[in-house]
Amino acid sequence: MAVTIAKERWTSKVAEMVIGPNDLKLGGESTLSFLHFEGAMPNRPVTSLEVFDMEPEDWPDMLKEAFAGVMNDPVAWAKKVVEYGADAVTLRLMSAHPDWKGASADEVAKTAKAVADAINVPLIVVGCGVEEKDGEILPVVAEALAGKKTLIGCVTANNYKSITAACNGYGHNIIASSPLDINLCKQLNILINEMGLPLDRVGFDPSVAGLGYGIEYAYSIMERARVGALTGDKTLATPVVCFVGENTWKAKESVAPDVVEWGPLHDRAILWEVTTAITFANAGGTVFIMRHPESIKRFNAFIDEAYKSNAY
Amino acid sequence: MGLTGLEIFKQLPKTNCKECGQPTCLAFAMQLAAGKAGLDACPYVSAAAREALDSASAPPVALVKIGVGEKAFELGNETVLFRHDKRFEHPTGIAIQVSDNMSADEVKAKVAKINKLVFDRVGQTHQVNLVAVVNDSGDAAKFADTAKLVQENTAYPLLLISSNAGAMEKALDVAGANKPVVYAADASNYEAMVALAKKFEAPLVVKGDNLDSLADLVAKVTALGYKNLILDSGARELAKVIADQTQIRRQALKLFRPFGYPTIAFANNADPIVESLNASTFVAKYAGIVVMTTAEPEYILPVITLRLNVYTDPQKPIAVESKIYELLNPGPDAPVLITTNFSLSYFCVAGDTEASRVPSYVVTVDTDGISVLTGWAAGKFTPEAIADTLKKLGVMEKVNHNKIIIPGGVAVLSGKTAELTGCEVIVGPRESSGIPSFFKQRWLNQ
Repeated sequence: MAVTIAKERWTSKVAEMVIGPNDLKLGGESTLSFLHFEGAMPNRPVTSLEVFDMEPEDWPDMLKEAFAGVMNDPVAWAKKVVEYGADAVTLRLMSAHPDWKGASADEVAKTAKAVADAINVPLIVVGCGVEEKDGEILPVVAEALAGKKTLIGCVTANNYKSITAACNGYGHNIIASSPLDINLCKQLNILINEMGLPLDRVGFDPSVAGLGYGIEYAYSIMERARVGALTGDKTLATPVVCFVGENTWKAKESVAPDVVEWGPLHDRAILWEVTTAITFANAGGTVFIMRHPESIKRFNAFIDEAYKSNAY
Repeated sequence: MGLTGLEIFKQLPKTNCKECGQPTCLAFAMQLAAGKAGLDACPYVSAAAREALDSASAPPVALVKIGVGEKAFELGNETVLFRHDKRFEHPTGIAIQVSDNMSADEVKAKVAKINKLVFDRVGQTHQVNLVAVVNDSGDAAKFADTAKLVQENTAYPLLLISSNAGAMEKALDVAGANKPVVYAADASNYEAMVALAKKFEAPLVVKGDNLDSLADLVAKVTALGYKNLILDSGARELAKVIADQTQIRRQALKLFRPFGYPTIAFANNADPIVESLNASTFVAKYAGIVVMTTAEPEYILPVITLRLNVYTDPQKPIAVESKIYELLNPGPDAPVLITTNFSLSYFCVAGDTEASRVPSYVVTVDTDGISVLTGWAAGKFTPEAIADTLKKLGVMEKVNHNKIIIPGGVAVLSGKTAELTGCEVIVGPRESSGIPSFFKQRWLNQ
């Protein structure tokens, strides 16, 4: 009995974004994740590892070991990230946070420039997470990185204006962040687009949670957004940026030492990060910002398999 | 399912006898279409009409029951491709396999490990569902011995894996009483396997080499009168399994009857991390049963946790128990954080509090599982509710101060809450991610 293969006739696709000195392409999918039999996923998911611009105090030992000797030097740390095979470096400007160093826009911009100049892969720059402060520092960072085609975030409904204007002027792309609500994602994309930044220069961050801590909310937002994108909603057709490591490395499953019921820590912690990442890859994630180098290796091995043909 | 009231009406006697309790046959048909009445209410429906309507009203994915007793579980009755369209109904059954090439001691040791794969998550217990016994030896007696040994050492239902009908019969004779899953009927053995499955009333896996041959074989098996089935398309590579699982679910929802059954997928891999990632993918991508080799908890916990997450009902907020959660062994000087019993609110607050490394009490107010802002808007997260909860749980008796911290989003509640509780109410951050810096600025430096 010949089964008539059920193929959806999607009418549209996800926007394709181009970032970094090597013109790395991301997005552009014209089907649901890994359904190569009915559409294309022209660009592999992008992996990145985080670099802090000051030594993080609270990182678990497994992460500190992976970056031993470079965590007080963002440039050396960024080079290590490239050496580990990440597609992009994510620089988090933690030092600007009022609770940490309260560093000025000029200080963090200098670091961002030094990091960007030291690498030949795309740079993703993330602020300190305090909306007001990020609204001050990120435009200055955007100016310092003029022409580097970085991905800058995270902008929110409260600080998008100054950052969007700067990103538009200096040739960058933007990460729009909204709290777990597809309509807010859409709305922020529209607001940013109305300021003149084309939608193919916007990625959205739906505020993902890690495995076991509400992963299903972002999972369903990504599935809904992808279906929206494929059926013609341009305001949902932007690549999805997933802050995986930030969320998994605070879970107790990733840091509690060897316990009988949960097994040894090492593989459990790696799996917590990679399972979160592949779950979002299965739902429509595009950029995966992680923290452990082994996680991106495991993730890439999974993507290799998922990218094999499944044509009928 | 899928039939309109008018299509059903055509099959009814159209006598308007009213014995079904409805004024007309058309009204009854409408009730049937809406799922509000059963065909049994009509005493005059013809046998032919009954069969037509029964098969048309069967769910897109048949319900299959596995095992008996406390560890029995169900698969099927799925109605959607995306959980956000409604929900996924029956969580994927996780099977861990043992081989009949293992010694009796090895089998016992592994089964003991499988029995211990029980995880507690905010008061709920989650576990694996099946022990698979694989006839790697090719020897019927060895297979039966191993099946018997496993059966004696676990309460979980078995998944018996052999393509040899003779071996399957021997195993079922000693371990067939608890409705194990019979794996598998293929093109060469299906008649014998169907006979065995019928005899033991056991769910039978039908295994094709691809979707076409699977559809053929299902037709042959159902022609023999057996419909207690689970499907295996034969795909083993990750990308092909994703494609086939998606096809089978899509076809089932289009009411292509040969694919209207739950599925089984094999995640087995020599590298347990790869195996775990594949299993998690299959849990999200429609597998009814997923088979794994490892019994080490660090590889199973992520799969079970993802299953728990993906199979939650998106329309129903998940509540955690309203109680005092003690994080990092708090002492009497530890801060008291108030939030709602929406699971995500609690998880965010608990996760960020633990990340701050400040031992704390987190108190969850019962808002029927809705979030802080929704709870406030709905009048469920109120000063009165906070005061009642503090009193009922005896929260302030645990500490040597009288300060409580409420979420920044409901700062407006602080005055009334202070009045009702007699506590000093500190307004915390709007987002839980602000908790570590909040503690740094406002708690540790006071």
